[in-house]
Amino acid sequence: MLDVQSIDCFYGAAQVLRSLSLRLEAGEILCLLGRNGAGKTTALKAIMGLVRVRSGHIVLDGVDLTKLAAHDVPRHGIGYVPQGRRLFSELTVLENLKIGLMTRNAGPEVLDHVLTVFPILKDRLKQQSGTLSGGEQQMLAMARALCVNPKLLLLDEPTEGLSPAMIARIRQSVLDLKDHGVTVILVEQRVDAVLPVATRVAFVENGRVTATMSVEELGRNRHAIDKYVGIGG
Amino acid sequence: MSFLPHLLLAVLEGTVAAAVLALSALGLSLVFGVMRVVNVAHGEFFMLGAMLAWWTAKMMPGGPFAGFIAAFIVAPAAVGALAFLTERLLLRRINYDPEATIVATIGLLFVIQQMALTFFGADAKPVAAPFSYRIVFPWFGYSGYKLFVVVASGAVLLGVWWVLSRTRFGLIMRVTQFDRETATAFGIPVNTVYSVVFVAGAALVAVAAVLIVPIQQAHYLMGLDPLLMSFIVVIIGGLGSIKGSVIAAFMIGMTDGVISVFFSPTLASIISTLAVAFVLVVRPQGLFGAETR
Ligand SMILES: Nc1ncnc2c1ncn2[C@@H]1O[C@H](COP(=O)(O)OP(=O)(O)OP(=O)(O)O)[C@@H](O)[C@H]1O
Ligand SMILES: [Mg+2]
Repeated sequence: MLDVQSIDCFYGAAQVLRSLSLRLEAGEILCLLGRNGAGKTTALKAIMGLVRVRSGHIVLDGVDLTKLAAHDVPRHGIGYVPQGRRLFSELTVLENLKIGLMTRNAGPEVLDHVLTVFPILKDRLKQQSGTLSGGEQQMLAMARALCVNPKLLLLDEPTEGLSPAMIARIRQSVLDLKDHGVTVILVEQRVDAVLPVATRVAFVENGRVTATMSVEELGRNRHAIDKYVGIGG
Repeated sequence: MSFLPHLLLAVLEGTVAAAVLALSALGLSLVFGVMRVVNVAHGEFFMLGAMLAWWTAKMMPGGPFAGFIAAFIVAPAAVGALAFLTERLLLRRINYDPEATIVATIGLLFVIQQMALTFFGADAKPVAAPFSYRIVFPWFGYSGYKLFVVVASGAVLLGVWWVLSRTRFGLIMRVTQFDRETATAFGIPVNTVYSVVFVAGAALVAVAAVLIVPIQQAHYLMGLDPLLMSFIVVIIGGLGSIKGSVIAAFMIGMTDGVISVFFSPTLASIISTLAVAFVLVVRPQGLFGAETR
């Protein structure tokens, strides 16, 4: 479904992604694991067209995304939950969701569906989104991305800075998405956060994917975690 | 005149000054707010609007009223078209870089000014008001047109507020202003939004010029004053906050009107300059500006 073919990305003169490649089948939840600064966020931004890809291709269902203007990328069905949520915090919950709906002109039935996935937001539609709690903000960021009605969802550290109870709820939402057949790329730093949800894991190191394996393989091979991430699960 | 009529005159003059200020600053505030670029040629767009109002009124048969209506169409359209070219050929090429934009629009300022001098000449050009109704108070008469300017700028400000807060395009503008990258990630064509906002800002200042030129005069150097006053209003009000701009315009306009009537216009200018310095020191983001991220 998604084929990232050895992309190179730079910030100024500094190369951040070095021939990074990823393949993703429909319905998969691929988890990107890696240390701070490994290039996980940059990889997602490259898919979204937010950082320029200097060489290589990113193909989504036959469409080369690197040939598109950045604002056309989400219109091909990609929902993005940025690191740090990046809500439009001065706007209301509903206005944030409307922005998601506008991306692909999704109808009210999409909003209704999203609100059944995140029912807490239903009572808060008129509330300024910056005044929500951290967990609620994360749910709103995910809901906003789902309002795009995406076939591919990019989640950048959705559990960062949340309480364990909230982490469990976010994880449950990701599992629900899986049941709905949404394909997901999930970025995380902590292995234990992904084992219950991911189908496959890719280790990102220094701008490269150094290994990919299924969750079963990873479970059998715990020392891979130490080797690639250096922090035990 | 005794004190109360004097005060009435001061309040009237202050209200007119405030309306003129708010209207001239609106375009600058909008452009700065959404695009984060400072358009130094803002005052020249104003001047060009005023010149075109004079030219249209001269060309248009049927008296000042017909000329005024025609200018209302011609000036914003022409200035908007110039702004469109500026945005495409200048700002987009330098990628809206804040510093490069300042330099580029300073260049544009001189180009527009010299073109106006070449085509329209150096003399001041009076433009007749579309109507000459005078409101007669027991103590003095007052121009009905000046009060019309107050009402009209109120209407324009309300219109812009309505677009920003109640329409789909307003939502898109606010989102672009707030976080350009995330807006892009949700399919918002930021460059197109910038184009529209820059053209709208220029068209608004041209409308301001058409309204204001009958109570001033058109002159090729007239752009400096609205530029400086717009900066003051936008700085005090908070960059990018339309509400802040309007409130700042009223504070400055009123102070200006009252002090000019009771004391002297010089003292009024000194006080607004001090107010700007004070705001910059105490609240650099302006009275209503959000701290930028
Ligand atoms: N806007 C930027 N300008 C310059 N360098 C940047 C920028 N954003 C990130 N970098 C650098 O690029 C590298 C990769 O950053 P990236 O954000 O992709 O890492 P990450 O794997 O997401 O890390 P984290 O787990 O901390 O989020 C880092 O060295 C970072 O310092
Ligand atoms: Mg990151």
